[in-house]
Amino acid sequence: MNVLLFAGLKEKIGNSRITLPVEETITAGNLRKLMYEEFPQITGDVFQIACNESFVKDAHIISPADEVALIPPVSGG
Amino acid sequence: MKQYEITEEPLDISKYHSYTINASQGAVCMFTGHVREWTKGTRTVHLDYEAYKPMAEKKLAEIGEEIGERWPGVITTIAHRTGKLEISDIAVVIVTSAPHRADSYRANEYAIERIKETVPIWKKEIWEDGEEWIGDSRRYHSSLEEDK
Repeated sequence: MNVLLFAGLKEKIGNSRITLPVEETITAGNLRKLMYEEFPQITGDVFQIACNESFVKDAHIISPADEVALIPPVSGG
Repeated sequence: MKQYEITEEPLDISKYHSYTINASQGAVCMFTGHVREWTKGTRTVHLDYEAYKPMAEKKLAEIGEEIGERWPGVITTIAHRTGKLEISDIAVVIVTSAPHRADSYRANEYAIERIKETVPIWKKEIWEDGEEWIGDSRRYHSSLEEDK
């Protein structure tokens, strides 16, 4: 499963796109836990999860083919 | 130009202004957000904006739809620049036109507030002695609504 990263998360992880070892579906909440396990350097960083360019809640089920992005607190304008 | 646009190019505000004008619209309100040198005593050297472009343009269009529901008859266009911006550069332009001025003002302020809440754009402040991605974590409590 590919995950897009932006801003501070991208810098801490060192890449704008990572691949997680997920071949089946996963809930957004479990994806969040997996991110913290795989990348301890982002411990404490908050982010929302976007699936196919829409924000989703933790119960949302993500498929490996979905476009997933981690959205840190936004600061446009 | 696109009605809802993320671009690395300098924003030509006259194009967005013109876009909202037709024979029904008697009032046009244009907001431009600029790079400020001083924030709470710290001097910014420049800013670097990043966006999740396809989603950001989609969220800008959703703001336009929300405005259309709240203030029928308002025409909205929004553009946000990304990349390196210098002091006084325009980061965002919002134009709202309406048959009468009250709706154009209200819709315009609504748009900038919503941009700061929902649109995946990030600002990095570069100072003389450091840099930091800016984000408002208060926006990320569980009260945040899932997209429909």
